[in-house]
Amino acid sequence: MSTLADILVQGVLLGGLYTISALGLSLVFGVMRLVNLSHGDLMIAAVYLALAFSFGSPEVNAVLLILVAVAFAPIGYALQRLLLNQVLDPDPLRPLLVTFGLSIVLQNLFLLSFSADTQRLRIDALTEAVVSSGAVSFGALDALILVTAIGLAFGLQTIFFHTKLGRRLRAASDDSSTLGLMGLNWRHVFGLASAIAFVVIAIAGLLLALRSNVDPFSGPSRLLVAFEAVIIGGLGSFWGTLLGAMLIGIAQVVAGTIDPGWQSLGGHLVFLVILALRPQGLMPRVAQ
Amino acid sequence: MSLLELEGVEAFYGDFQALFGVGLSLDEGECLGLVGSNGAGKSTLMRTIVGAHDGVVRGHLRFDGGELPHHEPHKAVGLGLALVPEGRKLFRSLTVEENLLLAEEAGRKGQWTLARVNELFPILKEFAKRPATRLSGGQQQMVAIGRALLSNPRLLLCDELSLGLAPIVIKDIYASLEKVRSEGTSLLVVEQDVEAARRVSDHLVCMRSGRVVLSGSSDELSAGQVTAAYFGTEAA
Amino acid sequence: MSIDLKMTVSGCIRVLVAVTAIASLPFVLATANIRLGTEILILLNLAMLWNLLAGYAGLVSVGQQAFVGLGAYATWMALVWFGFPFWIAVAAGALAAGLAASAFAPFLFRLQGATFAIGTWVMAEISLLVIANTSAVGGGAGVSVPARIAREIAPDRAGRESAIFWTALMVALVVLLSSYLLMRSRWGLALTAMRDEPTASEAVGINTRQVAVSIFLAVAVLTGAVGGLILLAKLRITPDSAFSLFDWTAYTIFIVVIGGIGRLEGPIIGTAVFFTLRVLLADFGPVYLIILGVLGIAVMLFAPKGIWGAVQTRTAFSALPVNWPFRSIAIQPNLKIPAEETKQ
Repeated sequence: MSTLADILVQGVLLGGLYTISALGLSLVFGVMRLVNLSHGDLMIAAVYLALAFSFGSPEVNAVLLILVAVAFAPIGYALQRLLLNQVLDPDPLRPLLVTFGLSIVLQNLFLLSFSADTQRLRIDALTEAVVSSGAVSFGALDALILVTAIGLAFGLQTIFFHTKLGRRLRAASDDSSTLGLMGLNWRHVFGLASAIAFVVIAIAGLLLALRSNVDPFSGPSRLLVAFEAVIIGGLGSFWGTLLGAMLIGIAQVVAGTIDPGWQSLGGHLVFLVILALRPQGLMPRVAQ
Repeated sequence: MSLLELEGVEAFYGDFQALFGVGLSLDEGECLGLVGSNGAGKSTLMRTIVGAHDGVVRGHLRFDGGELPHHEPHKAVGLGLALVPEGRKLFRSLTVEENLLLAEEAGRKGQWTLARVNELFPILKEFAKRPATRLSGGQQQMVAIGRALLSNPRLLLCDELSLGLAPIVIKDIYASLEKVRSEGTSLLVVEQDVEAARRVSDHLVCMRSGRVVLSGSSDELSAGQVTAAYFGTEAA
Repeated sequence: MSIDLKMTVSGCIRVLVAVTAIASLPFVLATANIRLGTEILILLNLAMLWNLLAGYAGLVSVGQQAFVGLGAYATWMALVWFGFPFWIAVAAGALAAGLAASAFAPFLFRLQGATFAIGTWVMAEISLLVIANTSAVGGGAGVSVPARIAREIAPDRAGRESAIFWTALMVALVVLLSSYLLMRSRWGLALTAMRDEPTASEAVGINTRQVAVSIFLAVAVLTGAVGGLILLAKLRITPDSAFSLFDWTAYTIFIVVIGGIGRLEGPIIGTAVFFTLRVLLADFGPVYLIILGVLGIAVMLFAPKGIWGAVQTRTAFSALPVNWPFRSIAIQPNLKIPAEETKQ
């Protein structure tokens, strides 16, 4: 029943979904080297913020969603300056614990404020439309997610390699303590990076909730695949993250076709194989 | 009035004290040479002056009459201090040109521009697109000096420029520093090589075990005096 | 030296008194409280093991639940399929976890720091998925220990709870003693040096990577034994409960970090704080977890060495003095000796 083309299309669409969840992390983990375990919960936070703006109604429109994404920028800047910059450390333990603490706090705040019920967002024109061409057909929303993922990867890669801010980010990623000698405050630079990352995180969360139900605890399930995509893609490369997410998506669909129970396992095995062959990832920023 | 004036400066790494009551002063347009053996506290002092020392700092650091902020190197750059750090500390994933641009955009504006730095070190223009850390040691040192100059400092601090470089390269680099100085920039130069420091400086300060042990005019201090202070044999 | 010896002797006496007191608890406590005691010991064990891994060997793992789960399932197989006595079954759980660890180690030790942590998490997910997809061990629905086998441990409920409590206490003693001996050995010295000053560890002349791998494997073995205990205590496990990131690793990390990472006393203090908070605040549900999260963040921001680290810097007191032998070992005259007091 599943043709090869169908498997590939489904894999790429799933890869698009994983890309979008991983790009924010790629900036935070790949560039700032911050292990953010609350990444998934922050995606969910964007969904609850949208619900709060729409007074609890799942019917939303594009303007509201853009508003939420923009509102996430100052939140990201503030969180970075007030909390995350304090624990940046080559030893992963401090960021790990602080962001895990943040994750628990966020989940339980969601639970207290919005109950354990599943929630979702709806834009009818988008959620129900289907694109079909020949043998393969897929939802318009999945297509939008894929296009957004590619667009964001392109945008981030451009910012990172071709702008003044990107130059500062790369320098800070190399050696944040020397940045001060250039007259730049690394704390501010990382704050700006986080502001951008948070906009991407919000977009990811909102698209996710348009596609499927979320509840206060659905954040962490998005986390591991995102980390895997960033690591096998190579730290500091957004195209690498996209490639990593695509490979995981395709591997999952292929494994799932063989036996539905093995779907997730397929992705993890690809992660292990690529790590064994290229521990630095597929497209690392700095040649090793 | 002195451009830079230190009084009773102490610096710590955790519980370990690296500087003990260091005092010195430097006039506008002057070149001060700072000598001392490994571990004398020279680099710590340099980093402390520009606010890049992470540990506890005590005492007074005055620049052009105002107190220098601790732990905020980016502010020191804005006031007109620039450090060429020990080990050069180039950004390894940036090209030569990007290393320089980074400093030019963030620093003070003035006579030093990318074009003028390329004029001072023509090789940097030729290798503009190369990753900075793929250059030879001497060329990397030029990038580091150029980077510091692009913030148009009133006082340029150089930490062991000659470390690991061939004598001919060292000569070139010090020749370029003379040019920099002739344009009105004051210099504070750290060296392990006493003779090199004496040649470039007006005034010489010797440090040992975190303290200033000798200070005087470079011309008037005898080689014997400096050697004795350097190795701590003056009492013997 | 004589003062050091006195400290060690008094340390031993303190431990002995504490152990005797704890071991006699099942005679005075109600069954429900023995259960709580077992639960405390299980988390304490996991915390001490994680402390060895992260606090001393510098290996930050978020995938220890892999070994808990595999240990629990292997114990179940040894009990139910092969009819082994429960303590041999627990040893089988330990063995299985050790084998799994040696299979994963070649992949994991290609990774460093944060990527290592993520790698261990992938390891745990793979272990969970393999078990959840194996119908012979119940797939996603899990397995339980039949009442007939549970009765073989002890005929009545109270007897069984006591037997499990004592086994958990024994594992705790093994873990504590081996941590203590390890810290007093050349290896322990190398590890502390590696953590505090990477260049100094080279001077000691010990292959720190080899030490790290060995500790990873040893910790996996003991974590597998704890998994076996968890099976005995619960009698029923599912892949989700046996491989729970939250229950077996996240809480453990909290306990160690709040108590004081890299100190033998840290996990003990942390476990006490954790269970005290739980007893006091459990009724508040989400609020309890929010407080726990905020506490973890606050400790990392304001007292990164945990409660015990903060106490120690003020009083220079050590309940389990591991450092005295270091001072009497002549290694190299210019080597900075990483005794507890000299750390900041």
